[in-house]
Amino acid sequence: MTSTSPDPARLVACPTCDTLFHADLLTAGRTATCSCCGTVIFAPRNGAIRTVLALAVAALVLMAVALGFPFLTMTASGLTTQASVIDAVASFAVDDMAPLSLAIGLLIVLLPSLRLCLLIYVTLPLALGRRPWPRAREAFRMNVELRPWSMAEIFMVGVAVAMVKVADMATISFGPAFWAMAAVATLLAAKDAVTCERTLWHMLRPA
Amino acid sequence: MAHAAPRLTARRAGLVACRHCAHVWPAGTPVCGVCRASLTSRAPHSLQRVWAWWVAGVVTYIPANLFPMMKTSMLGDETASTIIGGVLDLLHHDAAFVAAVVFLASVCIPLGKFLAIAWIALALRRPAGSVPAHQLHRVHALVEFIGRWSMIDVFVVAILSALVQFSVVVSIHPGLAAISFACSVGFTMLSAQSLDPRLIYDASEQGRT
Repeated sequence: MTSTSPDPARLVACPTCDTLFHADLLTAGRTATCSCCGTVIFAPRNGAIRTVLALAVAALVLMAVALGFPFLTMTASGLTTQASVIDAVASFAVDDMAPLSLAIGLLIVLLPSLRLCLLIYVTLPLALGRRPWPRAREAFRMNVELRPWSMAEIFMVGVAVAMVKVADMATISFGPAFWAMAAVATLLAAKDAVTCERTLWHMLRPA
Repeated sequence: MAHAAPRLTARRAGLVACRHCAHVWPAGTPVCGVCRASLTSRAPHSLQRVWAWWVAGVVTYIPANLFPMMKTSMLGDETASTIIGGVLDLLHHDAAFVAAVVFLASVCIPLGKFLAIAWIALALRRPAGSVPAHQLHRVHALVEFIGRWSMIDVFVVAILSALVQFSVVVSIHPGLAAISFACSVGFTMLSAQSLDPRLIYDASEQGRT
């Protein structure tokens, strides 16, 4: 079956199609793409750890701003209403739709924040050149698995659509939280673009 | 790229690969030594899970279209609008582009996802090579990438219900469809995630080894 007897430590497999490759790919320092299915297996970048850490810290601080300040203010014929991100989350708490409130809170606030905290926990010691903190690997895996469920950027598109819907009914003004949330969505996308999951795993592997 | 000769996969080499960190271990190793994820050569009952979540997604998509997504009460009059109603409403506001975005996110993407996932799951049972693995993989990756964006409409309702609260003059409340639509999107995401892409490449090579 194999020409050489495989030493598992010297091999890696494409996560998408299971094709085996030599682990030299890891140390080459270049982007490695699976020759069978085209999946990017490794995309290491110099200093990426520090970039990821910086983006994550910035996003977390802005997330706090987004929660503490007014998000949107609406004025129509002398009446004014204000909504924060928390209000948007809580809007489903009426009419027996509390579970949906919880889900929205998770999708736009809690899971993105949790992912950022986990990522900072994992990358801070690495960026400082220290050994990973305890349970860093569990933390990083959780961060990766929660990725599809963190929807801050989708929420911002939803907000844009909502503003068009009420545009001719009222005047909308943006609060600080709006800009903070827009920045969070951008930083999250930048952070995920820079992170190479498998390079990080390589740094986290047990000595 | 097509391969005439069978590829050397981790499974054929008697190994089990970790889908998180790409390291390989002797077959039967329960937990990855690098990232401590549980290891399976192929996700167990992958297709059954795909179909189970798929059915749940389709079933919850029906009430999502029948019940109102949003209820607007203006000076005591209550109007309820469904997903399609919301799109038509946007068209009346001369916001064709935004209407197209919502229509895409709430109608085209969910329906497209149901069809795409069903197509992949059915194609895996057909004789090897009837659909190229790369095509199936590309569609699966697209479904996984784009599926989350269907949630837009739920967020629209959330922010409008929070913002438009002028007591008796005008107020907006979420409707029952918001909850079923959110469930439908979530279930379909789980359906796409349940599919182990390694099965796609296995299926394309069956009978060739």
